[in-house]
Amino acid sequence: MSSQGEKPHVPPPSLWPIGFAVGIACILIGLVVSWPVAAVGAAIAIAFGFLWIRDVTGSVREPVQAVEPETRRVADTGGAPKALEGREAMPPMSEEEIAAYPRSTFLSAATLGLGGVIGGIITVPVLGFAVLPSFTNQKDQSVELGPLENFAEGQFVIATYLEDFEIGEVTRRTVFVRNNGLLEDQPSFTILFSRCVHLGCPVQPNGLVYDEQKKTVGEKRVDLTPSLVTGFGCPCHGGQYDTEGNRTAGPPVRALDRAEFSIRDGKLWLGQFYSVGNVESTGARARIKKYDHATPGVHVDGPEAWLYPVEVPG
Amino acid sequence: MAVTPARRKSPRRAQIEAAALYPLDWLEERSGLVGAIKYFLFRRVPRDTSWAQTLGSASLTAFLVQAITGVILAFYYKPDPDKAYESIQIITNDLTLGWLVRGMHRWGASVFIILMFLHMARVFLYGAYKYPRELNWIVGVLLLTLGMAEGFTGYLLPWDQTAYWATVVGININGTAPFLGPFIAQFLQGGAAIGSDTLSKFYSIHMLVLPGAIAGLIGLHLYLVIRLGVTSPPWSPTEAGRERAPEPPSTNGREGLIRPSGRGGSNGE
Repeated sequence: MSSQGEKPHVPPPSLWPIGFAVGIACILIGLVVSWPVAAVGAAIAIAFGFLWIRDVTGSVREPVQAVEPETRRVADTGGAPKALEGREAMPPMSEEEIAAYPRSTFLSAATLGLGGVIGGIITVPVLGFAVLPSFTNQKDQSVELGPLENFAEGQFVIATYLEDFEIGEVTRRTVFVRNNGLLEDQPSFTILFSRCVHLGCPVQPNGLVYDEQKKTVGEKRVDLTPSLVTGFGCPCHGGQYDTEGNRTAGPPVRALDRAEFSIRDGKLWLGQFYSVGNVESTGARARIKKYDHATPGVHVDGPEAWLYPVEVPG
Repeated sequence: MAVTPARRKSPRRAQIEAAALYPLDWLEERSGLVGAIKYFLFRRVPRDTSWAQTLGSASLTAFLVQAITGVILAFYYKPDPDKAYESIQIITNDLTLGWLVRGMHRWGASVFIILMFLHMARVFLYGAYKYPRELNWIVGVLLLTLGMAEGFTGYLLPWDQTAYWATVVGININGTAPFLGPFIAQFLQGGAAIGSDTLSKFYSIHMLVLPGAIAGLIGLHLYLVIRLGVTSPPWSPTEAGRERAPEPPSTNGREGLIRPSGRGGSNGE
């Protein structure tokens, strides 16, 4: 159609699609984080979707007279504004001529709209499937580390195990377990996760490792190796940590991650990992502020932590 | 038209040529493809183009090599945590010519990236990114980014220690991006840590998502090159961006690949 390239026919830029996209994003985030967020997202998406549809279909819903100047004949004489002025002078048009353009506009809008709806119905679940399983379907770990006698007081024992036997070697994890003795008659353990909090490489123990004393315990066949560790070092970028997991050198931004523990029937069980900022004091008397297990390289305390406001679930 | 008797072809030769050209004529009449390919290949370029202007074609060739060798490597590669490393060993050591094709893919990846950077440097130094070619620069930057993403995802696939820990580090670098970083990291590794999903996800992105996007953007890139033409170097004596000279009138209707339609017999009839 010759009239389509002219300015009066180009729809003005609209912010509604952006609001609609924000709403959809909120739904997807909400499905992971919490249902209220999803509900808010749905409300945003519905509101902006309605405004968007209203905006797009505006030209169709207006009375026929309003689009009269858009007939081919008028457009050919030089644009809509001019045509509006000259409307009175124009010869009366046949009914067919008036109806022709709006109907085609309606049909193209309907085709686009229907296509958009069909596309959305297909795309949203597929995108959800592409993204969501990484955040849901996450298993909690619980690993038996064997009888308490395996852990001499004040010494680190290196425990390595497979988180998931079916997946295999790729799920191998290593923790450093230290028996801190009793604190107010309660047993105390420090369990450091071996993944460097710089960028996730496996930190290595600095000091003697008694490989010949290695033994395998428990259902998950955990390897326990006693050692005289004086600190930890990362081979990738040189991060160094002391025996509390505090950074002593290199690029790491927080102390080594730790794991919760429990004792059942005289056996030590490994619980969830968590992140810590900086550890004050040592051993059983260490003062720790716990944070959800965070991505390596991410600050959990201080102003830099404001850059990561939303906890990742799973 | 006047043709000297010395250049007149024998009727038999003319017959053979007509027979040889018949399929092309058939195709051209129904699709216009021959004309389109001719239009694409036999463009007018500035007189002072040099080898420097071939770096874009070289990048394209490198991409095609990656695409072909990649498809064939996918015949034999198994994106499973238990089998990936082993299947790479089989490709390299046991299968006939496997070492060559894997080597082409592995080293070709570096060649592709290097050629893209050289091409980018040429465009920058020649000022070929200026009006009206800014959009093509942007498309080129997207292609470079996608090419580097290919490098990142492909690096995991050998599934050895280097691949594994380099990917751990790469994913965690993504994880340090503000606000969405931790979500991006967890999406990439398909869970709280790298596992079997990470390998198949990277494989899918590496061989389906990114090559498709790169191919589409290369199409757009080439379309813009054809539409806007090749730039003269800044030191060119002829003015860049001048109007094209009008096409010289056809003399015998036989230049290039094919006759224009509607002219039946061969030359000299």
